[in-house]
Parts: sequence; C-alpha cells; structure tokens
Amino acid sequence: MRAFYAAVTCLFLLFFFASSAMPVVEEYMPPPMTEGMFPCSNCHATMEVNRKKRVLKEEHTDIKLHHAETMRWCLDCHDAKNRDKLRLYNGDLIDFTESYRLCGECHGNVYKDWKAGLHGKRVGYFAGPGKRTYYLCANCHNPHDPKFKPLKPEPPPYRPEENHDGISR
Amino acid sequence: MEKFRETLKETWHFYRRTLSLVARGSKAYYAWCLFLLAIIWVGLVYYLKQHNVGLVETNMTDQVSWGLYIANFTYLVGMAAAAVLLVIPSYIYSFKPIKEIVVLGELFAASSIVMAILFVMVDLGRLDRFWHMVPFIGLMHFPESLLAWDVLVLNGYLFLNLLIPVYLLVKFYYRKEPNWKFILPFILASVPWAVGIHTVTAFLYNGLAARPFWNASILAPRFLASALCSGPAIMIIIFQIIRKISAIKVEDRALFKIAELIAYAMFINLFLLSAELFKEYYSNTIHIAPLKYLFEGLHGHKQLVPWIWAAMAMNVIAFFLFLIPGTRKRLATLNLGCLLVIIGVWIEKGPGFVIPGFVPDPLGEIYVYIPNPLELMVSFGIWAVGLLVFTLLMKVAIPIEAGEFSHVSYVERSSRREEEDQAWRQGSFRKF
Amino acid sequence: MEYQDKQRYTRREFLRNLSLTTVAGMSIPLLSSCSKEEAEDFLQKHFHEMTREEKKVVIAKLEERYSRKYGKKFEISTKEAIPNTLWGYGLELSRCIGCRRCVYACVRENNNSRYKPQLHWIRVLRLKRGTLINLDDSEHYYDPPQVPEKGFLYLPVQCQHCEDPPCVKVCPVHATWKEPDGLVVVDYNWCIGCRYCIAACPYKGRVFNWAEPNIPPEEVNPSVHYLGNRPRMKCAVDKCTFCIQRVRNGRYPACVEACPTGTRKFGNLLDPDSEIRYIIDRKRAFRLKEDLNTEPKFYYFFET
Repeated sequence: MRAFYAAVTCLFLLFFFASSAMPVVEEYMPPPMTEGMFPCSNCHATMEVNRKKRVLKEEHTDIKLHHAETMRWCLDCHDAKNRDKLRLYNGDLIDFTESYRLCGECHGNVYKDWKAGLHGKRVGYFAGPGKRTYYLCANCHNPHDPKFKPLKPEPPPYRPEENHDGISR
Repeated sequence: MEKFRETLKETWHFYRRTLSLVARGSKAYYAWCLFLLAIIWVGLVYYLKQHNVGLVETNMTDQVSWGLYIANFTYLVGMAAAAVLLVIPSYIYSFKPIKEIVVLGELFAASSIVMAILFVMVDLGRLDRFWHMVPFIGLMHFPESLLAWDVLVLNGYLFLNLLIPVYLLVKFYYRKEPNWKFILPFILASVPWAVGIHTVTAFLYNGLAARPFWNASILAPRFLASALCSGPAIMIIIFQIIRKISAIKVEDRALFKIAELIAYAMFINLFLLSAELFKEYYSNTIHIAPLKYLFEGLHGHKQLVPWIWAAMAMNVIAFFLFLIPGTRKRLATLNLGCLLVIIGVWIEKGPGFVIPGFVPDPLGEIYVYIPNPLELMVSFGIWAVGLLVFTLLMKVAIPIEAGEFSHVSYVERSSRREEEDQAWRQGSFRKF
Repeated sequence: MEYQDKQRYTRREFLRNLSLTTVAGMSIPLLSSCSKEEAEDFLQKHFHEMTREEKKVVIAKLEERYSRKYGKKFEISTKEAIPNTLWGYGLELSRCIGCRRCVYACVRENNNSRYKPQLHWIRVLRLKRGTLINLDDSEHYYDPPQVPEKGFLYLPVQCQHCEDPPCVKVCPVHATWKEPDGLVVVDYNWCIGCRYCIAACPYKGRVFNWAEPNIPPEEVNPSVHYLGNRPRMKCAVDKCTFCIQRVRNGRYPACVEACPTGTRKFGNLLDPDSEIRYIIDRKRAFRLKEDLNTEPKFYYFFET
C-alpha cells in the first residue's frame, strides 16, 4: 500500500513539474524588413558615417522621416558602428527583434500596455499549449512614419431591401 | 356506466346530426363557403411558397422582424378577449337581451382565437418544430417566456370558448337544463381568462426593455380598452346579419347597450393613448423616436403617418357616434361607427403598434416595412379560415338557439312536438 | 321527396369530398415541401436532453451531411465549457477606424450566409463625434473611399453576451441559453423561428436566416462547433458566439485576429492576469446600454 502511495506521489510530482516546465510558446512576429536589405552591414560596414540631416537620394529613398523628425535623425536609433543593431539611450545595442525596448524608451505608457497585451495585437492562442504570437510595434507602425494610414473600408452590409428576394414592389 | 354510455350515444348522435346540418344549406351558403375556401386556397398556395423558400418571401427583415402577421395576431387576441364584454353582464348581472346572444359571442371568440393561433403559426420560421412548444412533449420555457404563457392562455381560452357554448348548445339541442354546477365555474373562469389573454399578449411586448415604444406600463390597459372597442363593434354587425338571415331575435336594445359600452371603452382607450402621448412629448427623451415615426415621420420616413391619423379620426368620430344617444340608437350611424372602430382599432393596434416597435431598431436603423402581396394573401387566407369556422359554427348554433334544430324534431314528427317547441321557446330558453 | 333526398346526398358527398381534398391538399404539399434533411431532423432532441450516444449519432449524421454538401471533411466539436472561465471582450473605441475587416473575417470563420440573405454578426456604426449614447443618428452603410473619416467615430456592435440576457429569457422553447463560460448560444436545430429573441435584444445581436444560407463550398470553414459556426439552416436564429470553436481551445476569436489596429481584446474575466481584466482594472471601460441591466460582458474602453 505504501508503495502505491509513493508511486502515486512520484507520478503526481512528475506531472506537476513536467507541466510547469512545459514551455508555453510565445513568439514575436518577425520585424518587417524591406526585402534584400538585411543585414545592413553588407553595405554600411564599408561606408563612411554621415550624421548630417539630409534627403536620402541614393538609397532608402522610400524613407521620409515623420517621427518627431525635428529632434531626431537616423543614428539616434540605429547604431552608427553596427548597423545591424539598434541603440538604446544607455548605449546598449539590441536586435531588431527587440525593437519594442527602443520604442518603450519614449512611449513608456504604451509600452506598459503593450506588454500587458492591451496595446497592439496578439493572434493565435492566449491559453492552453497553443502558440502565442505577439505583434511588434513595427509590425503595425512604420517606425519612420508611425501614424496609421487611412484604409479602404470593406463594403457596407446589404441594405435590408437588397438582402430580400421577397421584395416585390 | 349506463349514464356514461348514454352520454356517448347522445354525443355521437349530435355529432352526426351536426355534420349533416353543416353540409346542407342554401345556395348563398354554398357560395359563401366556396368563396371563403377559394381565398383560403390562394392563401395556402402563397403560404406554401413562404414555407418552401423561407421568410425571405415576406418583407420582414432583421430590422423589422415582425410584421403584418403579428399585427393581426395582436388585434385578434383583442377580438377574442372582447367576448368577455358580453359574458360579464349576461351571466353575472342577468341582462336579458344580451344573454340570449352570448353563446354566439363566445363562438366568435373561439373563431378569433383560431385565427390568432394561425397567425402565430405562419409567422414561425420552422413550423416543422412547432411541437417544441407543446407542453410536456416539447421543452417549454415556462414561466420565464411570455410567449410560452401566451401559448398556454390562448389554448386555454380556446378550450373554454368551445366548451361553454358547445355544452350549452348540446343541452339546448336535447332540451335539457344545463348542469350549472358543472358549467358555471368555467363561465366564471372565462371572464378573468379573457382579461388574462390580452394582458399576457400586452406583457409579451411590454416586457422588452429593448423596445421603448412597447416598454410602457400603460400597454395592457390600453390593449384591453381597445379590445373592448373593436370586438363588440364587429359583433354588433354580426348580430344584425344573424337576425336578418335567421329566426334568432336580437333586440335593438341589446345592440344599443353594447354600443354604449363601446363608447366608454373608447373613451378610456383615447384617454390612455393621450396619457402616453403626453408623457413622450413632454419629456421628449430619445425614446420618443418610434412615436414620432408613427405620428409625424422620422428622418423623412412618413409611411405610417397617414394611417395613424386616419385611425385617430375614425376612433374619435366613432366615439361621438356611440356617445350621443341619437346617433347610437339609429342603425345607420351605429353601423358606420362600428365600421370606423373596427378599422381604426385595427390600424392603431395592428400595424400601428407592431411596426413602430421596430423603427428605429436598437442600433438606430430605419427600415421602412410595408407588407408584400404574399403577406397580404396569407393574411386574407387566415381571415377567411376564421370566417369559415365562424360560419360553420353559426350554421349549427343558430338553429339550435332558434329552437329549429333539436333532438325532438329528429326523433318524432308529431303535433306534440310543436307544442313542446312552443312551450320550450317561451319557457326554458328564456329562463337559462 | 325522393329526388330531393338524392340531391341532398350528392350535395353532401360533394361537400365531403371537397373538405377531404382540402385537408389532404393542405397537408400533402406542406409535408412534401419539407426536405429530406428536415424530415430526418424532425424528432431530434434538444441538445441538453441528448445522451452522449445520441449526440455522437447526431454529430456523425451532420459530419456526413456537411461533407457531402461542401466536399470537405468536417469536424464538429461539442467541447464543453472550461471550468473557471467567463469570457469577456474588450474594444478600444478610440482606435477603431471602421474598416469592417472584422465583419468579413467573422463571416468567413463562422460560415455565415454570404448573400441573399447576407448575414453579418458584427455591425459597425458610424457616429458623429460628440455622440455615443444616442444611436438614432448612426450610419450603418457608410462607404467612403477611405476610413477613418474626419468628424466621425466608429462603434462596432455584436452580441454582447449579457450575463442577464433578455433574449434567453424570452425564448419560448429554451432554444437559446447561457453556457457556464458565459457564452450565449443557440441550438439551431431546436429554434422554432419565432424571432421573439430578435425583438428582445437591445443590441441587434441576433440575426435570422431568412432563407437557406448560402456558403461557397470552397470558402467553407470545416472546423466547427455544434453550438457555434456549423453551417446553419433556413429560418433559425443566428448570433455571434465569441467564436466558441476557437476560444474553448484557447484561441483568439476571428474578429480579434482580423483587426488591423488591435482594437479588439479578449480574455477570461475570472483570470486576474488576463488582458480583459487588465482593461477593466486599469482603463476607463463601459458597456453599451448599461441602464438596461443586461450586464454585457463586452467592454468598450479607452486606452488612455
């Protein structure tokens, strides 16, 4: 009988630890990169650093900075030496996959809400063993121009008259 | 046991005799029945189309999800409840002239209930699942759902209004004194029951907080008042037809008495309506929207406005016609008043009550609902069913009441019968 | 006399025949207009009254029927509510741009009828800025080239899954009820189509299949729940279930995933760490028509 209890206890403990150790897959969406651009160092490693505010004419012509542009320029966020990284205030370098930490430096309240799953978007599973997928700030907001762009709305519902075959007027 | 067998035999005999009575009649009778059957047939063909394809064949939508069918249902429940107006004074206060015709009134109530139930049935999307609503067989949501209540009280009322007149008629047929100990409780029950069916029907709408137009506690009294106008009005006309085409005597005095009661009921009806109008217009909250849609139009949609004002005019004119003794006691103006009440109340409490409940809908959308030909045809069909049922019931009830159709006349054709007849007509029948 | 009797007899016979044909004429087309499926389902019991075995039989029948009709293998779940869950929904009003992505994602996920009749469980209302309570001036059919429009805000409305649902109260046959996890669901096979619930709902959360639903077979979603998104039949009522087929497996509802602005939030109200609880505890949240005491579990809120 004691052996039975011991076995049951062992089994229970095993399951207990196994279940708590079972990883809940949390995954961030990959950051949105322009095709063929990354790693940035492919080009930038050999280029001279130019800190001057200017209209980009040769490359990155699609980027028009509309993100507090009066007080900011490229190298405030991108690291001058290692272009494959982003740079925080304190000098720490982070990957593009962690860009939210950089965003959070200014947008502290939003960052807090985002971490709680409130601001931003999550898809997939929120409970159980299924995969949780979190959108990064940059998946929705273009970091160079974060304001949301207007969308074409989906068509309105049919009016009740159109929805009814039986209407014979 | 012996007595029971006797009763069975009598019932079977009565049933057989009734059938043959119904099957025989004048040319006009046949023409009338065929005419009704033709309308029923057309209505049925249209209903089958609706049943096949779905309610999409009507003009009802998610915005206005009840229409002409439920409007007619509401009106007819009122018609049925109106029988109480004849039952109260006749049985309880023994007002003789009305008493003689009360059986006919109850049969009229039964026919109305048949129509009301039919209107609910054609409104059901899934008639094949009707049994889900049958007590004990289905799964009735009683007592929470007012519709479950309605099913119970309407069927109960139908039962009462068939039992009482049929019992009395069978007794008359056999020239026996009715067992009052047996039937009086049913008669007494039918009085509150009539108030009950209309109250429950009013509560059906009244309880919906989502529809401010219906969510007014004045609704049940208003329903009763308007029912006590339209029901008796239609009966005044029916009684005149009956006394013209049969030997039944309906005294003018009885008709005038009913008309006087209509006048009081109409006064209460108009008073309650004005109370409602005052509350809505003086407080002028957003809940006034449906009332505005009805009386003056909303955002340019004025489809119901001419109808409701016509109804208001009809009701007011009829009120004065019935109030002033001179016009009340002249048959021409009396009948005009009846016609005005029947139509006026139908508009006010049928479409004029059901449709504004849905306009604007809870999210503020306005859909202009006008019944389509299919709905009209199905409705006509059901009205024809009701008229046919009433005609057939009258075909039996009138000769019995007039003393022409009785067991005695069937069994023996002796001169004694005549005397008996005479004696009975003057004695027992008046006494009942 | 002889002649008269004869005439009477023929008349009577005529009338009898007439009445018989009328009765037959009334019942035969009624019966014949019922489809084979309707005849099969005629005696099907209420979902709650079925035993486990009976449910299995019904599920097998439906899976076979759907597969035949849509050419896909269906899986019909009857997964019950998870203990200690009460589903709640959050919607950030200042972020909704009225693009209606949610509306059509919902239609696809839930196998709603596409046209004639078109069935939408979500309605997006456009309100003039400055109003929020009076919906009488709302516009349901706005169709500008781009949203959001200046001077307007958008209010999506769907079933609010009330804790005290008036629709459930009024149903005469128990065809709709509140599940233990708070979802208000319909047994589409039990609904008699009286539409009393539509009249009772203050949020227009319920819609009706006015005709046989119309789903393109190539777009049909074969992963369904019996009380949720399984293909429905004509003339039964229909409503949002918070994607019961997804949320009982821990997956976000389709509208949450479709929203491009992250307006829509979902979670377990009984879990203090859930997103929905975070919203209620920290943000300014309210519910539509709170004065009606229906206690919706659908919270509109403002992020800041």
